[in-house]
Amino acid sequence: MSELSATHFLLLSAALFIIGMVGVLTRRNVLVIFMCIELMLNAVNVSLIGFAWELHQLTGQVFALFVIAIAAAEAVVGLGIVMALTRRADTVDIDELRQLRE
Amino acid sequence: MERTVDWLVVIPLAPLLAAIANFLFGKWWIRDRAHWLAVPAVGFSFLASVAAAWTVLGHHQLLRQPLYTWISAGEFQVPVELVIDELTAIMLLVVTGVSFLVHVYSIGYMHHDPGYYRFFAWLPLFVFSMVMLVLASNFLVLFVFWEAVGLCSYLLIGFWFRRRSAAEAAKKAFVVNRIGDFGFALGIMLLFTKVGTLEYQAVFEAIPRLSSGTVTTIALLLFTGAIGKSAQLPLFVWLPDAMEGPTPVSALIHAATMVTAGIFMVARAHPIFLASPLALWIVAVIGALTSFVAATIATTQFDIKRVVAYSTVSQLGYMALALGVGAWIPAIFHLFTHAFFKALLFLGSGAVMHAMHDELDMRRMGGLKRWMPLTYWTLVIGAAANAGIAPLAGFWSKDEILVSAWVGGAPLLALLGLAAAFFTALYMFRAVFLTFHGQPRFDPHQLHPHDPPATMAVPLVVLAIGAATTGFLGVPPEAGWIHHALEPVFESAAHHEVTLSLTLGLAIASTLVAFAGLWIAYAAYVRGTLSPAAVAARLGPFYRLAANGWYFDFIYQRYVVRPLDAAATWLWRSVDVGIIDGAVNGSARIVASTAQLWRRLQTGLVANYALMIALGTVVLVGAYLVFGSTLFR
Repeated sequence: MSELSATHFLLLSAALFIIGMVGVLTRRNVLVIFMCIELMLNAVNVSLIGFAWELHQLTGQVFALFVIAIAAAEAVVGLGIVMALTRRADTVDIDELRQLRE
Repeated sequence: MERTVDWLVVIPLAPLLAAIANFLFGKWWIRDRAHWLAVPAVGFSFLASVAAAWTVLGHHQLLRQPLYTWISAGEFQVPVELVIDELTAIMLLVVTGVSFLVHVYSIGYMHHDPGYYRFFAWLPLFVFSMVMLVLASNFLVLFVFWEAVGLCSYLLIGFWFRRRSAAEAAKKAFVVNRIGDFGFALGIMLLFTKVGTLEYQAVFEAIPRLSSGTVTTIALLLFTGAIGKSAQLPLFVWLPDAMEGPTPVSALIHAATMVTAGIFMVARAHPIFLASPLALWIVAVIGALTSFVAATIATTQFDIKRVVAYSTVSQLGYMALALGVGAWIPAIFHLFTHAFFKALLFLGSGAVMHAMHDELDMRRMGGLKRWMPLTYWTLVIGAAANAGIAPLAGFWSKDEILVSAWVGGAPLLALLGLAAAFFTALYMFRAVFLTFHGQPRFDPHQLHPHDPPATMAVPLVVLAIGAATTGFLGVPPEAGWIHHALEPVFESAAHHEVTLSLTLGLAIASTLVAFAGLWIAYAAYVRGTLSPAAVAARLGPFYRLAANGWYFDFIYQRYVVRPLDAAATWLWRSVDVGIIDGAVNGSARIVASTAQLWRRLQTGLVANYALMIALGTVVLVGAYLVFGSTLFR
């Protein structure tokens, strides 16, 4: 194995992203989907950091920090929605939450 | 001479403000105090008019006040400007003066009416519109307020709108007026296309440049408006029905002021009419026929207000006859005197109605003289003035019209007017005798008729004084005060030489005719030597013709209203429901069914949506990667 390069970062990032996306598409539990979305966000973070390392620039790192901050905010809102959902509908299965269709 | 002043605006402004205040705050706040605003406002307007008339008539000085430019479109300018010349000054005095008296009268008459505030909102609004109508300096402003008085008339005829007949009468008045207004509007448009301006002065200066055919068309179209508004043949049918409104409204609008707007307009536009002998001739013929037809109808009516209403139509016919023979000053003179005695007659019949608890049928009255001496004597003065008995107001002005018609080349029309004068005396005194003389044909123990309260009595007395004396403004004939006052306005009009013998001859003839009518009424309704029923039977078809209003309403109903009704129903059923509604509903149905189709995409499954997003991203990014170099340059 040669020296560490941007390709390695991108491969890791892509793998994480696809795992997250498949999770979002296949799982039924809102909480799991939520965690998968976090996984996708962090996959992006990995690629951003990888580019920052490759190009010797701080921009990517700063970007990653921003994404983490936004992910935190998103977690707050998302978990709040999940809480409200469980209280109202007493379920976290998204296949049962189809009221908007009507 | 002319002078620009800045206080003319208060004349229309005061009633307008009162109307707005009563309209906005009347229902919750002002209520029974509505007359506190309206009456002083109109009184103030009257005082300002007197001040203006003093300057204009006393010094022959034109007053004007530019207000603002209403329309400014390139060459086309419509300024709103108040102008008072001698004609306007006389009209202003009539309008604001009679209006003020009617306002005072209404305090007593409309007392306890739930719509009191509404009444005192529409009445000053009418005064405002009418004042603006006479103050206008161009045809467009005239037309706007011409329509505004029509609106006020509609509102006031339909004042008791819960009564079906009142609502119908209001609608009829509006629609019939609309027919005339249509012609009027066409006339104004034609005038504008030919002359390029609507300012009175500019139009009159341009008239000689137009061809005679054009001028005749314009004059006749303008006169169509006057036919509607001033209730001439064949559009007079709305006026008798307009009696459904409260009596002060009949007195103000349908006798003294609004209906004279048509006469005023023709007098105002006299240079146009003078340029077209044919149009003048038609005006004269329609006027004479109107005065005769309406007088015969009035003779057969039993509803006291309808008698007075047909009498109004008849007197307006006299004015149109005067206009038609170019006797502008006698026409305005008659308008002036008529305003007094006709308002008096209406307010007097209102007092009778008031005393008789809204009874209108003269067959259920009689002997009222005993209980209502003041009403009786004022009404006798009004009736005599209307019948043209010397030396009351109507005598002087009506006689002058007949003389003018005689020398103006229409002796036949003058004779028709003389015949109408006979019927005028007959129906006027028939009404007085039926109402006030003989034995009561009602139960006096139940009704207790009495003279009206002070607010109603004072206007009656003032108007009676006016009806008795205003005629002297035109004495001696052809050279009285009013002739000198109005002369500058009608300078261009031709003057006919009138001999003293002719004036005297016609005066004696019309007096004899009036006394003949009076005597027949006396014989039939007081002495009882002549049986009205026998006369009616003897006259047979003629009586039925008059009693049915010469079948005008019948003909309109059968040949105009009913076909229009049928056509409208057909349009509603087939075109409106079938085509227009069908198109709208059909397009809505198409949208709905298409939406049903697309709706299937919305599964409600979050996983599906997420998959769509992912696939979409893949497609977009893939497209970028494959075609990136060419597509997204």
